[in-house]
Amino acid sequence: MANQIRELTCIRCPMGCQIQVTLNEEKEVVNITGNTCPRGAEYAAAEVTHPMRTVTSTVKVIGGELPVVSVKTAGDIPKDGIMACMAAINQVQVKAPVHIGDVLLENAAGLGADLVATRDVEAI
Amino acid sequence: MNTRMTRQIVVIGGGPAGLAAAAAAKKNGAEDVLILERDRVLGGILNQCIHNGFGLHTFQEELTGPEYAARFIRIVEEQQIPYLLSTIVVDLARLENGRIAVSVMNRSEGLFVIEAEAVILAMGCRERPRGALNIPGYRPAGIFTAGTAQRFVNIEGKMPGREVVILGSGDIGLIMARRMTLEGAKVKVVAELMPYSGGLKRNIVQCLNDYGIPLKLSHTVVDIKGKDRVEAVTIAEVGPDRRPIPGTEEEYTCDTLLLSCGLIPENELTGKLGADLSPVTSGPVVNESLETSIPGVYACGNVLHVHDLVDYVSEEASEAGARAAEYVSGKDCAAGEPCAIRAVDGVRYTVPAVLRIGKMRERQVIRFRVGEVFRDAEVVIELDGKSYRSVRKKIMAPGEMEQVILPKKDLEEIKPSVITIRIRTNM
Ligand SMILES: Cc1cc2nc3c(=O)[nH]c(=O)nc-3n(C[C@H](O)[C@H](O)[C@H](O)COP(=O)(O)OP(=O)(O)OC[C@H]3O[C@@H](n4cnc5c(N)ncnc54)[C@H](O)[C@@H]3O)c2cc1C
Ligand code: SF4
Repeated sequence: MANQIRELTCIRCPMGCQIQVTLNEEKEVVNITGNTCPRGAEYAAAEVTHPMRTVTSTVKVIGGELPVVSVKTAGDIPKDGIMACMAAINQVQVKAPVHIGDVLLENAAGLGADLVATRDVEAI
Repeated sequence: MNTRMTRQIVVIGGGPAGLAAAAAAKKNGAEDVLILERDRVLGGILNQCIHNGFGLHTFQEELTGPEYAARFIRIVEEQQIPYLLSTIVVDLARLENGRIAVSVMNRSEGLFVIEAEAVILAMGCRERPRGALNIPGYRPAGIFTAGTAQRFVNIEGKMPGREVVILGSGDIGLIMARRMTLEGAKVKVVAELMPYSGGLKRNIVQCLNDYGIPLKLSHTVVDIKGKDRVEAVTIAEVGPDRRPIPGTEEEYTCDTLLLSCGLIPENELTGKLGADLSPVTSGPVVNESLETSIPGVYACGNVLHVHDLVDYVSEEASEAGARAAEYVSGKDCAAGEPCAIRAVDGVRYTVPAVLRIGKMRERQVIRFRVGEVFRDAEVVIELDGKSYRSVRKKIMAPGEMEQVILPKKDLEEIKPSVITIRIRTNM
């Protein structure tokens, strides 16, 4: 069996580069082309072996100028853990004020990334 | 109504374009800059774009919309640039002395006029309203533009519905398909009238493919069922004439229909001012300095042409700010004869549309969009009809903005009167 080439669209930024990943018979990455920056190579290598995603959502705020605050996982989590992560996010409630960068949940759903606020919501 | 103040530079809109323009104007020597924003907060549309993927090129970091906005708001605050919130610009007019009368309204001051030496237009864009869509039948509750739904979910924390059909594959629609799925809704299908998606490839991958949401190209909504609330939506395939093909109808039960049918630059004010507008972009026609046909009036961001990358918005807006600062400093250099840029053969438009070689920077960025999907094609630049340079592209699509760069020294030498940008396919 010869090498196998997989075509991917890099999702690390909106440039959306088309990346070709060459895998050998042992399904190991032997070559990556088409990426504009190193992040693309990192993405492609992970995507063919263990796809990862950042999750963004909102969390309920009590006593704030807005009813919710936007949040993200501070790093990527495994793609198949997204729904478990959402379930954990939906359990969280915070008291205003909340500030950008505040950790609202440590190691969300045990997937290896903290949940942090991505904006300020002041108390009223 | 009386003139309350004069200002060197007034920036209309406090989104990423307005913030970057104001910061650059100040950095380039303009002392007296004022930002006017109709919302209660700065940041514009980014406040509701809570997904990540902003700013990788500007900050080498992947940020969410609110985080990207916060970076620029901080810069504006550090530079102590004043801004007025909940303040809407209602009219613009050119005065005999060449200045611009900016008519402004807010709760505390009522209606007043600011006389500005230069104005930077940064009002962003709005969504194509649903009235523009040709869907027959009732207008039950449960039909929203994707941007309205985004605001509901991400700012107000409310879900518009549980079973969703999306018409249009613009980025907001794709982003909302994922967002509503994450919040437990069932997104049944995304239908796109055109044979290609209007959104970024990355959004098809991470918003639809990741969740197994089908994208039906060359499909449209032909019927909406339900009187008080949407109950079902019928989708049919369209032919090359974009008319539904009888017999291809499929019904989807749902309680919500989201419309993501494109954005139009917000140019009511620009029109009132009498600036030339492009029939293709609906934005003003600008020269290399991002100046409209009215001297001293600049435009940047989505009010100029719809951007999919905020990094380019910030870049373009910084240039508009720097140019406006040069304009008010009076140190304007000789412009030279204007040279038109013609967009032909698959190129829909260019920004800028006019170049004055004397005023070019060393490297002039020309941004454009193509009208259809091209594979293995070339972007060809011609100066006075003679081929000057060509760039190969593996793929170009209407959903993604393209650019070419023209070096000033070449143009100074050749002094073309027309620049043509076209797509050459291999056939
Ligand atoms: C849903 C969506 C998703 C996107 N996703 C991405 C992404 O993943 N990555 C990326 O890089 N880019 C993305 N973009 C693109 C990018 O965010 C936009 O191109 C950018 O925000 C446009 O900035 P702007 O300042 O031109 O417009 P806006 O952000 O719309 O700001 C315009 C401002 O002007 C104000 N205004 C308008 N009229 C008046 C008036 N008459 N008086 C006073 N104020 C006024 C408005 O209130 C608003 O605050 C996305 C855009 C959208 C809409
Ligand atoms: S390879 Fe780099 S530039 Fe290209 S999409 Fe990925 S992150 Fe963006």
